[in-house]
Amino acid sequence: MTPFDAAVADAAPAGAWEGVAWALARDLKLALRSRPELGVLLLFYVIVVTLFPLGVGPEPALLRALGPGVLWVAALLASLLSLPRLFASDFADGTLEQIALSPYPLPALVAGKIAAHWASTGLPLVIISPLLGLQFGLAADELAVLALGLLLGTPTLSMLGAIGAALTLGVRGGGGLLALLILPLYVPILIFGASAVDAVRGGLAAAPHLSLLGAALIGAAVGAPIATSAAVRIALE
Amino acid sequence: MSTSINWFKFASPASFFPLAGRLAPWFAIAAAVLAAIGLWLGLVVAPTDAQQGDAYRIIFIHVPAAWMSMFLYVVMAFWCAISLGFNARLAAMLAQALAPTGALFTAIALWTGALWGKPTWGTYWAWDARMTSELILLFLYFGYIALRNAIDDPRRADRASSVLALVGAVNVPIIYFSVKWWNTLHQGSSVSLSSAPKMAMIMLTGMLVMTFAAWFYSIAVVLVRARAIILDRERGAPWIAGTAR
Repeated sequence: MTPFDAAVADAAPAGAWEGVAWALARDLKLALRSRPELGVLLLFYVIVVTLFPLGVGPEPALLRALGPGVLWVAALLASLLSLPRLFASDFADGTLEQIALSPYPLPALVAGKIAAHWASTGLPLVIISPLLGLQFGLAADELAVLALGLLLGTPTLSMLGAIGAALTLGVRGGGGLLALLILPLYVPILIFGASAVDAVRGGLAAAPHLSLLGAALIGAAVGAPIATSAAVRIALE
Repeated sequence: MSTSINWFKFASPASFFPLAGRLAPWFAIAAAVLAAIGLWLGLVVAPTDAQQGDAYRIIFIHVPAAWMSMFLYVVMAFWCAISLGFNARLAAMLAQALAPTGALFTAIALWTGALWGKPTWGTYWAWDARMTSELILLFLYFGYIALRNAIDDPRRADRASSVLALVGAVNVPIIYFSVKWWNTLHQGSSVSLSSAPKMAMIMLTGMLVMTFAAWFYSIAVVLVRARAIILDRERGAPWIAGTAR
């Protein structure tokens, strides 16, 4: 048995969950070391949200009506802005190629990367959103549903966005192209998320909308890592 | 006689190219004849509508365009799946040839819809479920075309845009229903086609004839465009020198 064969035999039966855990731990570590960048993303979210009252006027009733939609649109934009972080630097320095060569299944590694991406970019948005919702005069139950909706919705945004991020690796036209590919796919999440808050305000149950967000999350969790890893392989060819 | 059919004969650009060249004129002629009949039925024979006047006549363009816009996306996604599954070049070329025609019909459907909406609903644009999802469909077509154009290597462009088209195809029904529910939550649409009076037979006939005209036009244009794509992409192949003039 050559050393190479031994190495293959050692590495071959690598489990999917170990792959997820490895990629998650690695990308979280990288995220912790680039906190200023993540801070900038969070500030982008805050600033976009702040611009809307300045644009439409300080009328409390108007702001209260606009609030959920504004917070969700800003979350979509912040998610879009954060997507290049997911693969671009790994692709540029060749790490992504090594990752694709590893014995772990690529969809598992991609899933771990997406999870880390969400934890470092999506989760902070969820945490800060009730504070921003207060600025728009949302009531306590509306704030809770807003945060819960974002908690269910932002992982889906990361997963759908990962497909676009992988497809546009090393491609001309970068950010604008990514927006064109991904934002139409974000539409259902935006609608369900903002409608959940509207439903609470109208005295209706938010559960149907939140359930749909959860269903989208489950569907994306099944399909997105596979589609993303297919896209990564295409980019690496 | 036990000659088995070779299903994959025309999957090769070299044998598809002359076939497409022979078929395209026939589909073009059929489209022109059907369009002439359909427009005659729609603009001359069909009576003026009691409620909408002559403005309704735009449906003879609008409805076929809207149907084709959705149908062509499904066809495009089908060829994308074939291209990914069988690694077939020609399937990807067909998908590439379908996209501009699909985008064209989507734009026509939106444009004529707006022109119809002004005299009938009193507004060019309403955030109606159908209009909104049609607009998003246009964005999906544009995204597909833009991604193709952004990638220089044609094989990589084939595969990347196929993945995008398939993800889009999975999303289209979700987008449609989300927009529909969103719309009913916010406002009911003031006028809907389904509640309009039952359509007269002659109008329906005109619309169906126009639909076939649009369909045959799409086939003709896609075949011609696929030929151009084949010429462009296979220009190094030896058979090109013999076939194409």
